[in-house]
Amino acid sequence: MFENHAALLKFIFGRLTLDAFPIHEPILVGTFIVVATGGALVLGALTYFRLWGYLWSEWFTSIDHKRIGVMYMVLGVIMLLRGFADAAMMRAQQAFAFNGSEGFLPAHHYDQVFTAHGVIMIFFVAMPMIVGLINIVVPLQIGARDVSFPFLNNFSFWMTAAGGIIVMISLFVGVFARTGWLAYPPLSEYAYSPDVGVDYYIWGLQVAGLGTLLSGVNFVCTIVKLRAPGMTIMKMPIFTWTALCTNILIVAAFPVLTAVLALLTLDRYVGTDFFTNDFGGNPMMYVNLIWIWGHPEVYILILPAFGVFSEVTATFCGKRLFGYTSMVYATVVITILSYLVWLHHFFTMGSGASVNSFFGITTMIISIPTGAKMFNWLFTMYRGRIRYELPMLWTIAFMITFVIGGMTGVLLAVPPADFELHNSLFLIAHFHNVIIGGVLFGMFAGINYWFPKAFGFKLDPFWGKLSFWFWVIGFYLAFMPLYVLGLMGVTRRLRVFDIPSLHIWFIIAAFGALLIAAGIGCFLVQIGVSVLKRKELADTTGDPWNSRTLEWSTSSPPPAYNFAFTPIVYSMDAWWDMKERGYHRPLAGFKPIAMPKNTPTGIILGALSIAFSFGMIWYIWWLAALGFVGALAVGIAHTFNYNREYDLSADAIAGAEDERTRLLTAQA
Amino acid sequence: MKRIRILALLPLFALLGGCNLVVLDPAGTVASRQSDLLIESTGLMLLIIVPVIALTLFFAWHYRASNTKATYAPEWDHSTQLELVIWGAPLLIIICLGAMTWMGTHLLDPFRPIDAAATQRANGDANAPADANAHLEVDVVALDWKWLFIYPQYGVATLNQLAAPANRTIDFHITSSSVMNSFSIPALAGQIYAMPGMETTLYAVMNRTGTYDGFSANYSGAGFSGMHFPFESLASGDFDKWIAKAKADGGALSRSDYLQLEKPSENEPARSYASVETGLFNAILNECVEPGKMCLNEMAAIDERGGLGLAGINNVFPLEYDKEARRGAFGPDASYVASLCDPKHPMGMTAAAAGAAQASPAAPSLANGAPLRGAALPRPPFATFLGPPTPERPTSTSLPAPEPQTPAPPSRPSNT
Repeated sequence: MFENHAALLKFIFGRLTLDAFPIHEPILVGTFIVVATGGALVLGALTYFRLWGYLWSEWFTSIDHKRIGVMYMVLGVIMLLRGFADAAMMRAQQAFAFNGSEGFLPAHHYDQVFTAHGVIMIFFVAMPMIVGLINIVVPLQIGARDVSFPFLNNFSFWMTAAGGIIVMISLFVGVFARTGWLAYPPLSEYAYSPDVGVDYYIWGLQVAGLGTLLSGVNFVCTIVKLRAPGMTIMKMPIFTWTALCTNILIVAAFPVLTAVLALLTLDRYVGTDFFTNDFGGNPMMYVNLIWIWGHPEVYILILPAFGVFSEVTATFCGKRLFGYTSMVYATVVITILSYLVWLHHFFTMGSGASVNSFFGITTMIISIPTGAKMFNWLFTMYRGRIRYELPMLWTIAFMITFVIGGMTGVLLAVPPADFELHNSLFLIAHFHNVIIGGVLFGMFAGINYWFPKAFGFKLDPFWGKLSFWFWVIGFYLAFMPLYVLGLMGVTRRLRVFDIPSLHIWFIIAAFGALLIAAGIGCFLVQIGVSVLKRKELADTTGDPWNSRTLEWSTSSPPPAYNFAFTPIVYSMDAWWDMKERGYHRPLAGFKPIAMPKNTPTGIILGALSIAFSFGMIWYIWWLAALGFVGALAVGIAHTFNYNREYDLSADAIAGAEDERTRLLTAQA
Repeated sequence: MKRIRILALLPLFALLGGCNLVVLDPAGTVASRQSDLLIESTGLMLLIIVPVIALTLFFAWHYRASNTKATYAPEWDHSTQLELVIWGAPLLIIICLGAMTWMGTHLLDPFRPIDAAATQRANGDANAPADANAHLEVDVVALDWKWLFIYPQYGVATLNQLAAPANRTIDFHITSSSVMNSFSIPALAGQIYAMPGMETTLYAVMNRTGTYDGFSANYSGAGFSGMHFPFESLASGDFDKWIAKAKADGGALSRSDYLQLEKPSENEPARSYASVETGLFNAILNECVEPGKMCLNEMAAIDERGGLGLAGINNVFPLEYDKEARRGAFGPDASYVASLCDPKHPMGMTAAAAGAAQASPAAPSLANGAPLRGAALPRPPFATFLGPPTPERPTSTSLPAPEPQTPAPPSRPSNT
């Protein structure tokens, strides 16, 4: 069958050879040793403490939205460490590469680093955190027992995780893309990037993108269909509103990403010419398509963060949210407008003055509803009683930081200004200003706010405040210099510099990155310390912040069934309303609840997707075929599993609820 | 005490003063208008940003929980007047900004020709040039990873260095040889993408003399960091000297030299070429510098008239460099469309002629003597696509008879 040994090897391993392992790159070998040692320690500890069975049955196969949400958050935090490591390397490289020095990263490595940083931070940090928070909060906030399709939820998570794993494999086997995070052709075409980098990029994003899309479908359905009786659409909490809009955006935008990546895949694998230079291919089409997904994507990230800030402001100001209706309309307007602005990412392509002004002006129009939101938070604070707990601190930092980012964003939307500033470090400063200042600060506010709901104890405020100040000061030190550098005409993705006057700004920025590292460290310590002090920080009431929405009406952590009786909603801020009216928890009359059963199908499908992608990336066709057919077979087999639910007995529910009653009376 | 703390910030501003914010103080007409627009927009937005930040800080301080003297209105959540202000104020600002954007974008569109000489004449400047060469034409090619500048009016070219006389309109015609770059000179007029197979233009005028930075502002691969060049804005006489020096120092840039030059290389030293083969920029733009390759504009013209039909799929060469690598996993090897004619074979290329063109030393990057896949197209149907068949045209003596295995010429109706 095979003419010789080489042909056999090629059949078994595709284009994977020993050269693919970066044993000659000290940085990667060092990283590998650290990762391998750390990984071995974690695995060893799991084995030693006999936690595998627990993890498998209680977490990996769980289809409880709260557990899945927590797994998304853990994924986001782990990937944040990788993404930040990339950022630190870039800052160090740019701070060192002056006065004739080449820095410590060759182009081959540096170009992978900035590509991976962008891809990981957007797809595997920001997205999992957003989806994780939505998972934990939304069903509780609308008074539902779970999402519409609990298994699909687990499957979505494992697809996202599989995408992350595929991208991580590229660290030690082969290379990652050297194209920038959106992989513009022709550079990302086979002709100019023949190695596996772009293939890792494509398959990582396709697998994760499928997970995100399915999760979007799930949450649109959940929010539309599973709201508690009485919760009309204009009585939904703002976070749920933003989650609804975000998931609608996901459902509408992610197929575009899937399609454009599929076209690029065809170009790379079968020699079509959608985006090549020859045969009438048109790379501009790719740039348009990817941004038709890409611009809604940034609103997918920021809208839930806006939702978090709305909940946090109302709670910690002890006041109804100012202008609920206008807040809802602002969210919807942003959702719609986010589809009409994509071209502002490439005014400099030369689409002509009228097209450029149209997209510039639509972009500016988005700042009107965003500004309205800002004022709504402001006037929620007005005549409030503001408690400066951690979530509120993050919110204040957000409000000040985000308006600066918003202003520079509108500047970039003025096409003539963009012709100067496009792709400069000013642009980099701008989008980090809104993504860190908006999305990330929002996630930290959300984590600190909902952590007691998910785990039953608050996060330690001392380490939290330390983390907060390191992050905020670090952010300003790291990114304000980039605004200055942008105005000095410095462009992005440069590896070496020859103008000495720029040096000082890069050193300041690197110092800022160091402070951010301390901020991340303090955050991890905060979680560790809180786990150790969980008795002290315990929340037995289920409502530690005196909040306003339904998720705080149940225990912390909530039981698997969330609510023994589905709550009935009479007002916006349903829980606040129940507290005002002197609500009594029902103590008897429980009925059995039909609960979905755990299933390993999601994790198996995720693993098969990794096998398929790995096979496609390295041209190991048998593995790809096996992965694909296997996933198909497992998926079909799962549809024949009719034994998916079990009844949680009334006694079990009564037991759990009595326990809560005991806690509540002990508290009183 | 507070004042002293603010004083501590002063060194930071000193730092700002020490650096050259080229975007805010550019030397070109277009760039200074862009910079004006930038500053005006910032001013407009600060009208709303400053109050928001101030109010945030004030409310955050005043309504802190420990300040029990502050009014507390937990049920207050609506005010029509306030709603009007919070939607209306940003709206008004965006209306102003939108109007400025519309005008500014049209005025400063890189494709909009400008004429510095006309402005000078209108201002009564007697020295303003009036001849057709009032504009300096520069053809810009982004290569892997260096910049080629061709001065068609002077017949010279330079690599990684650009010079232009101040106060004279420069018409840049910009393209790229392989991947996307962005041709950027912040002091002159900002940037515009350089894209393979496409031409962008940029019209600009320099108001001051001096040396400024130019670079690629769009990542294009390993050598991207080195893709920068000095842009010298010279007095008119100095520019003539500069051209003369380029002519004296440089060699020639033929098509074959270009094919060598376009291969990836990093941090190339600046150099000049005393002469440039005619039509080179056009050939680069249409991706047909290699002999025997059909130009994009010819292909577009043929396609516009209905295309070559099925026979067209045979009219291809295996591709070498789009150039360096073969295609991916499945499918045919990469190929490109062969030229139907070239200056030496105006009536059409034969397989042998095309192979010879390939094998010539002028095309070192092509596979030597690799056969044309299929024969060049038979002439009669081809003629029907280019126009009504004219019986006076030379008969097929200049072309070989179609080989048996060649697919039959398409018998589709002519579009003309």
